[in-house]
Amino acid sequence: MKESLEELREEFQYNKTNSCVQCGYCLPVCPTYVTTRIETHSPRGRINLVKMVGEGKITDLSVLEEPLDLCLGCRACETACPTGVEYGSILESARAALVKRKKFKAPVRLLRKTMFQNVFPSKTAMNVIGNTFWLYEKSGLQKAMRKTGIMKKLPYHLGEFEATMSQAVSPAERKQAPSKAKAKGEKKYTVAFFTGCIMDAMFHRINRLSVQLLAEAGCDVIVIPNQTCCGALHAHSGEIEEAKRLAKQNIAAFEQENVDFIVNNAGGCGAMLHEYDHLLADDPEWADRAAAFTAKSRDISQVLVACGGLPNLRSNPEERVTYQPSCHMTNVQKVTEEPLNLLKSISGINFVEMEQANMCCGSAGIYNIINYDASMDILDEKMKHTKATGASVVITTNPGCLIQMKLGIEREKLSDSVRALHLVEYLAEAAGIS
Amino acid sequence: MKVVTPSHIEEIKSIVKTGKVLTDESDRFSYSFDGSFGTFLPDVVIQTKSVEELASLVKLANREKIPVYPRGQATSLSGGPLPVKGGMVLDLSVLDDVLEIHEEDLIAVVSPGVLTADIHKAAEKKGLMYPPDPSSSHVSTIGGNLAENSGGPRGLKYGVTKDYVIGLEVITPEGEIIHTGGRTVKNVTGYDLTKLIVGSEGTLGIITKAILRLLPKPPASETIMAVFDSLVDAGSAISKILSSGILPAKMELMDQASIVAVENYEPLGLPVDAEAIILIELDGHPLALKDEIKQAAELCYLVGARAVRIPKNEAEKAEIWKARKLVSPAIVRIKPTKISEDATVPRSKIPQMCARLQEIRDKYNIHLVVFGHAGDGNLHPNIICDKNDIEEMRRVEQAVAEIFTAAVELGGTLSGEHGIGTMKAPFMEMELGPVGLDMMKRIKKVWDPNNIMNPGKIFPEKGQKLELS
Ligand SMILES: Cc1cc2nc3c(=O)[nH]c(=O)nc-3n(C[C@H](O)[C@H](O)[C@H](O)COP(=O)(O)OP(=O)(O)OC[C@H]3O[C@@H](n4cnc5c(N)ncnc54)[C@H](O)[C@@H]3O)c2cc1C
Ligand code: SF4
Ligand code: SF4
Repeated sequence: MKESLEELREEFQYNKTNSCVQCGYCLPVCPTYVTTRIETHSPRGRINLVKMVGEGKITDLSVLEEPLDLCLGCRACETACPTGVEYGSILESARAALVKRKKFKAPVRLLRKTMFQNVFPSKTAMNVIGNTFWLYEKSGLQKAMRKTGIMKKLPYHLGEFEATMSQAVSPAERKQAPSKAKAKGEKKYTVAFFTGCIMDAMFHRINRLSVQLLAEAGCDVIVIPNQTCCGALHAHSGEIEEAKRLAKQNIAAFEQENVDFIVNNAGGCGAMLHEYDHLLADDPEWADRAAAFTAKSRDISQVLVACGGLPNLRSNPEERVTYQPSCHMTNVQKVTEEPLNLLKSISGINFVEMEQANMCCGSAGIYNIINYDASMDILDEKMKHTKATGASVVITTNPGCLIQMKLGIEREKLSDSVRALHLVEYLAEAAGIS
Repeated sequence: MKVVTPSHIEEIKSIVKTGKVLTDESDRFSYSFDGSFGTFLPDVVIQTKSVEELASLVKLANREKIPVYPRGQATSLSGGPLPVKGGMVLDLSVLDDVLEIHEEDLIAVVSPGVLTADIHKAAEKKGLMYPPDPSSSHVSTIGGNLAENSGGPRGLKYGVTKDYVIGLEVITPEGEIIHTGGRTVKNVTGYDLTKLIVGSEGTLGIITKAILRLLPKPPASETIMAVFDSLVDAGSAISKILSSGILPAKMELMDQASIVAVENYEPLGLPVDAEAIILIELDGHPLALKDEIKQAAELCYLVGARAVRIPKNEAEKAEIWKARKLVSPAIVRIKPTKISEDATVPRSKIPQMCARLQEIRDKYNIHLVVFGHAGDGNLHPNIICDKNDIEEMRRVEQAVAEIFTAAVELGGTLSGEHGIGTMKAPFMEMELGPVGLDMMKRIKKVWDPNNIMNPGKIFPEKGQKLELS
């Protein structure tokens, strides 16, 4: 099929690439450039490739595949860019344009379809995953499997990720998860809690603690049924239509209740919710509803700070704490101060900032599974800086980052002395909530 | 047609044992641009940290007459690293192993791929300073700075890159490794090849190591912001202060267009009705500074400043300099294409140049923003346009040519810091005269008999014109 240049320009958002003046200011902050040192894997390089498509200089679109696949989508480049290039948006449309044309091999196509359309958005499927983890851990199978070394032979290095899973919650407990919590003391806000699909299946406990902390800080919390996956993994993989469908389902679900904020505890999901307005901007029926949704969307740290923080937080004096911010929280939601303020409000905390904290850990959604080697190079950089802090606790604010940091700790053989926790877990510990 | 054949690639691969040889389409496109204009695909991109391998590659290129382009981080604004005739790009940004500060000799020894900002940091850790400070320091390599003889705001008091280089290791276009200069500030042994290589834009050889001079870091600095109702008055204030015996470290100008652009981009409370502001930084001993600051403020009032602001603390100081920093990003929000010129005039001619620029702006009806290192005569007239608008770009071409003419007529130069590259080559003869240009060509011919080292730069091709559309 021969396409007109106009169409390609439209589809790849060529006009947005024109605000890139090729100054290179984004190079030092791009994790894939820092680890590969090749311009092809830099933001400036990627934007130029898209530009070349728009100028008709690249006609074989497969040239873009590897460079775009290897992008983490961390969007640190956007924060560094002096001219405000909308990299995230260029990346998303370019990926969608490539996916549309790409002829996946049959099994991959099936896997993509199953994962994106059926698994992530489905509560039942995600529950099965969560339950399997629980059974697996509690039955002692996990220990046995680890001993045999079978895990190492799993495809896509899933074995290594398995090592990072812990504290799964029993199916019974997950079912009992409260759908409401009342504010302790004077009520400050009414909030709806966004559970997230992976977060809920694998880190159910963190969700439970989040609800408790919100109540503790003075929020009436509602957990709305019918909510679904945020759609971030879909959007980042070029499955834009599916992402839009999920966004609409969420918007409709959350419109049912009149709340002050829609609170999430996963930096990546939060970023997606934060951009529903962009995602649906061209849809007359949904644009305003999406904008209203986005206006209410907050990270849990923002809401806790807005409530005036948490009372009586106490640290363990033996511990030294560092913080690995979620890229999507920093670069998309632009939430940077609140998690630090909460940590620093813990009395007696021994906090050390990490060098290059804003550099991605290499987790990036499912990047670490698909682009394992590139991801591990990036993780090695991150662990170098983590180790330099001498911290015994690494705080994150996103499930992907949490798994990745746990994996980093395992790889460095530091599991006995260092633990990775979600901010919520650490705050709960400090507040004496279990 | 590719100038590099498959058998050349085989030979290149056999030479490059420690690095990478990139030939994929995606890689070739990714090394086809710089911070200026145009897309030129190299046949192959090579990355290696080994100086011996680089020298062997140049020998091969010289034998086979394959063009070679040294490249740093491609932030050049004049087309310096563009592979305009195909061939090999040597990516020297990976050659970044050496960064030594020798306090006792007040020198630094560096590899070409080291980022300039990392040299600043390393020197500062030892209480020293490497003064050249192009605003691209945190992304440009010292190799690129040396080849372009880059400078920044501090050029006013401290000079530019060439004033701090005392020795180089260079691969000649025939593939030999030579050393120029040394570790001493004084050195008069023979021709000064160091200074010839600096600013040669990669046309005379590849820099593989440099010895740089350092200074003790001044103990304190102060800032002044002066607001003017006339751009020409601001120009006079600059000349006045400079002839009063005070030598500021920096003296930066922002015209009305840039003030307005910054305020629209991020409101900082700048006076949008003023025609210009100047920002001055003085450095030295704290006691001397107190005096000089007062004197400079009085001089500004004397030539008609509407207001003078002296920040009281570091935060306020940072706020003032932030305004200057935001000019570049702010102006491209107006229209996407930025033609960044750096024509430079003698300090005494700054007011005339300001007036000429305003005339040119009106004559061609272009969006012209003037800001920059006014103190050293290096104004940055930036034209903000849209490269998709062909009619507008024609006017821009004419305006650029006229800016160059104005600078040369006032006794100045085409380029104060960005270099000639491809963009300004057509104007060389206007400044140098036919004999001056020919002497340079002869030097090039002797160094590079086969014209393989960064061909297509500095020297105009027959009939070459500035083309932006
Ligand atoms: C936003 C922005 C702001 C800027 N501000 C300034 C400024 O304030 N002052 C200023 O002077 N410039 C400025 N520049 C221009 C540019 O940053 C400088 O020219 C810089 O020195 C280029 O360094 P680079 O590493 O990017 O080199 P490149 O752009 O890759 O190359 C520049 C030239 O150097 C040659 N070269 C590179 N490395 C070597 C080597 N090892 N041996 C031989 N030749 C080599 C190349 O062939 C080319 O001709 C700015 C650019 C941008 C985009
Ligand atoms: S999103 Fe992250 S990985 Fe991708 S180009 Fe930007 S900085 Fe690099
Ligand atoms: S920082 Fe922005 S303008 Fe500069 S190269 Fe990167 S994307 Fe382009």
